[in-house]
Order: sequence, then structure tokens, then C-alpha cells
Amino acid sequence: MNRRSKEALFFNIFRGCALFVVIVLVVILGYILINGVGKLSIDLFTQNPAPNSHGAMVAGGILSPIVGTLMLMAIVLIIAVPAGVFGAVFLVEYGGNNRISRAWWMIVNNLAGVPSIVWGLVGVGLLVYYLNFGLSLLAAGVTLSFVILPLIMVATKEAIEAIPPSIREASVALGATKWQTVRHHILPYSASGILTGIILSLSRAAGETAPILLTGVAVNAAIPSSLSDSVQALPYYIYLMTQTSDRSAAIPMAYAAALVLIGVIVLLNLGAIILRNRYRQKYRW
Amino acid sequence: MVALKSKKNNRYMRKIFEGGMTGLLLACALVSVLVLLMVFMFLLGNSLPFLQNNDIWQFLTGTHWLPFGDFPSYGILPLFVGTLMVTLVASLIAIPVGLGATIYLSEIASPQVRNVLKPVIEILAGIPSVIYGLFAALVLSDWIMVIFEPNTRLNALNGALILAVMMIPIMVSVAEEALNSVPRNLREASLALGATRWETLKMTIVPAALPGIVAAIILSMGRAVGETMAVIMATGNSTQFTFNILASMRPLTAALAIDVPEATVGSMAYYSLFAVGLVLFIITFALNLVAEYVLARFKEAYH
Repeated sequence: MNRRSKEALFFNIFRGCALFVVIVLVVILGYILINGVGKLSIDLFTQNPAPNSHGAMVAGGILSPIVGTLMLMAIVLIIAVPAGVFGAVFLVEYGGNNRISRAWWMIVNNLAGVPSIVWGLVGVGLLVYYLNFGLSLLAAGVTLSFVILPLIMVATKEAIEAIPPSIREASVALGATKWQTVRHHILPYSASGILTGIILSLSRAAGETAPILLTGVAVNAAIPSSLSDSVQALPYYIYLMTQTSDRSAAIPMAYAAALVLIGVIVLLNLGAIILRNRYRQKYRW
Repeated sequence: MVALKSKKNNRYMRKIFEGGMTGLLLACALVSVLVLLMVFMFLLGNSLPFLQNNDIWQFLTGTHWLPFGDFPSYGILPLFVGTLMVTLVASLIAIPVGLGATIYLSEIASPQVRNVLKPVIEILAGIPSVIYGLFAALVLSDWIMVIFEPNTRLNALNGALILAVMMIPIMVSVAEEALNSVPRNLREASLALGATRWETLKMTIVPAALPGIVAAIILSMGRAVGETMAVIMATGNSTQFTFNILASMRPLTAALAIDVPEATVGSMAYYSLFAVGLVLFIITFALNLVAEYVLARFKEAYH
């Protein structure tokens, strides 16, 4: 085999790998779309899950899982977003590039690598039992916030670091303090980048199952009326539907809920992409 | 005089405000470190009652995982082997395919193709693990039944295949960055010497980017070890001790998800699960640390 045909052979193999990845995505999304779309109805979005005649929770709709997921996302928004954004601002703007802040970022990166079920375990031990939150919306939301915190920090870091140092130097040269520089220059200029990161992190929070599995979800939970109630969530509902013995009724519901969950995530991602594109047009360094 | 005084006062106030804001931001940054410390201390603290009363060697090498019942046995070897088998088989598929796709994406594809392929990878990374689990449990398992005819519908191979799919986007994004950070002049020098693009790739770019590629592989393996939902839905969760990839297995993560709700708080089974969590934490932490270290050295070399 000569050198040219060898090149063609290998390049085609690589092309095949890439094609395979695309096909996998199309097949997975296709299966969920085709099997889930038939179940979509007004009732699906307006009714809570209900038991069927055999007592399995496969009838009704998925209202309470949808609302529960939104509530969990709200808790993450309140806890993880401010802590993550301000923490990252401190590390980049005040910490600089020294050994301590590099080690600190290493810790953040390692936090992002902690398996989500380990967070669930810590959530059970610390929040549910030790702090006596019980199996609740609050315990699940806080656990989820732990999972999301490092993601928001890394996204914020990348957004801030994209701002050229000359902006900071100009601001400080005009007599602005560190906080004034952050408040009037760093945060506004990186706002859309940070916002993109927040949206993507929230979409991750919407799909996380393992952390909430142990800390606050319940099969027959209604829409929570307080932070101490247990909660239903879309990903947990999907998991439940694959574990139910009444498969013929449960599987269509699982696909429908999966389609809704993917819909939520795609919408959030689209929002992030639009934001990112606008940001690119607004600021060019 | 008055104006001067108020100005001084103002500056004083500003200093306090400035200090307050710095403190607030520092507090937020401290959260991350405190959380990590808390996780580790908490896992360790809750494992201690178990580790003090049980033989650690027996815990690590025992072949029966029966934490409940009158004669409990806390051997995590079957769980560990479950994690190992699933991760290794997934890696055998994900590493070549992921690398191939990465090389295509960053070296071969035209900008138009790249604009399609990159979002595809991003979407794959964004799909929740429970959706992958759903696909494995309902669709992939049927295909495996037809092709390999295993004894159980849900088995380790099923979990490994879906994990392979989940590993690919992480590998591609980290490895692509590594390929992109290889300096342009290396590539140009190789081409100028008459090497074909494949030879340049094989003998110049990939060797130069090797540390980044290794980090990508380690990071994606860490993800596979820590993955819970897809695994719990796909592998069947039997605690038998076996190396048969077509048998049902229960990896470490699945054991936590299944057994924690069963365990009474303060019982030995409860503490044993924290010990399992500690093992899992240490494995993934070590993998991440190695990957971080390799990446940091790699970045230093080319900056």
C-alpha cells in the first residue's frame, strides 16, 4: 500500500468514527421522539401521576415531576449560582495566578469529578439525617447545588478570563478600586458568558438523578407545598417507569417523560447558544 | 473644611465597603474548599464505625456483598469487579472511536462539517444519564439479546456499551483541545519535509498531544467509574462475583443507589455503605488528580 492510499484508508476510518457518533445521537433521540410523541397530550402536562387499577403509579400525567424539577432548579439557582459566580470572581480577580489559586482550581475541578451518587450519599448522611432535613425538597435541592457549584465556577472562570487584562489595567489606572473594576467592568462584560454557563449548569441540574434519588424524591410525592415535603422529579420519574413491573403501561410514560426532559434541556441549551452568539457580536477584543 | 472631612469620611467608608466585598467574595470561594473537605471528612467519619469493627482486608477482598440480614457479609470485590469490567469494556470501545472522531473533528473535517459535529458532541454530553439508562434498558438490551443471547436481559455488556457512548463526548472535548494546542510550526515542519497528512498526524501531532490525550482517556474513565443512573438501569444489579461480561453485575455506584434507602441509619450496613462511598471517592479523586497533573504539565510545555 502506498503512502497516499494509506492516508485515505486511515482518514476514512476516522470519518467512520465521527459518523458513528452522529448516528448514535440520531438513534437515541429518534427512539425517544418516536416512542414519546404519541403520549404527548394536555392531560400529560396537567395531571399528577396516579395509580392505575393494579396500584402502579403509571396512570395520569407528569405535572408534579415537571413542577418538582423546576423547584429543584430554583433552589440550585438560589444557592449554587451566587456562591459559584462570586467564588470564581474572587479566585480569578483577587487570587491571581499563584500556587494557591492554582491548587484551589484543582480542588474545584476535582469537585466536578466527584460521582453524583457520592454527593447523594453525603446528602443523606449530612442533610437528611444529621441536620434533620428529612427526605425533602430542601435536602435534594442543596445536594444538587453541591453537584452544580463547580460547574458554575469553571464556566464563570472561563468567561472572566476572556476579558483582556488591558480593561482591568485601564480601570485601575483611572483610580477605580478592585470591587469597582469588578462591578462596572468585569461582571458586565462577562455577563452573557456567565449567564450561558448558568443556563447550561441548570440544564445539567434538571437531568441529574443520582443526587436526588437518595435525598428527597418519593414515588407518590405531590407538588411540594413546603421545603420539607418530598418531591417528584422528571429524571426520577423516568427511572421509576423503567423499574415498574407493569411494563406495557409504564414504558410509554417513560418515553413521554424522557421526551419532555430532553425538550426542557434543548430549550435551555438553545437559549444558551443564542446568548453566546449575541455576546460574540457585542464585544470583540 | 467640611467638604474635605466628608471626603475623608467617604474614603473611609469606601475602604470598609471594599473590605466587605472582598470578604464576601472570599467566603463564596471558600465554599468550594469547605465542601470538598466536608465530603471527605464526612465519608471518612461515617466509615470509621465500620472500618474499626471489620477487617479492612475482608472488606476489600470478600466476594459476598450481603450487607443486610442476620449474617451480613461486606465484601465489595463483586461490586469492584462490576465497576472494573463495565469501565474497561466501555473504554475498549470509547477510546478508539473517541480518538478517531477527535482526529476527524480537529484535523480532517471541513469547517462546515465541524459546525455540525461540535454541537452533536455537545448534545451527547448534555443528555442526562437517566436518558441513556432508559435507552439501554429498553432498546439496547433487546439488541444484545438478539446478538449475544445472554442469560439475562440486563447485563454488564449492556452497561458497558451505554457507558462507552457517554464517555465519548468527554474524551472528544478534552482530546480535541490537546490536538489544537499543538503548535502550528510542528505541523508545518512535518508537511514541509514531505510527510503526508497521515504521517504528520501519526508521527508529529499525536505524539506531541499525547499527554492531553492520556488525560482525556483518564477523565472519561473517571466519569464511567462514577456514573450511576445509566449503570443501575442497564446492568441488572446482581451481586454475584463473576468476570462474565454477559452476566448481571452491580457496580459500586449502583450498590450505593440501591442499598442506601434500605439501610437503617446508624446500622453497620449504613456505615459500610459510607465505606463504599469512600472507596468510590478515592478512586475517582485519584483519577482526576492524575489527569489534572498530566494536563497541567502538558499546558506548561506548550505555553
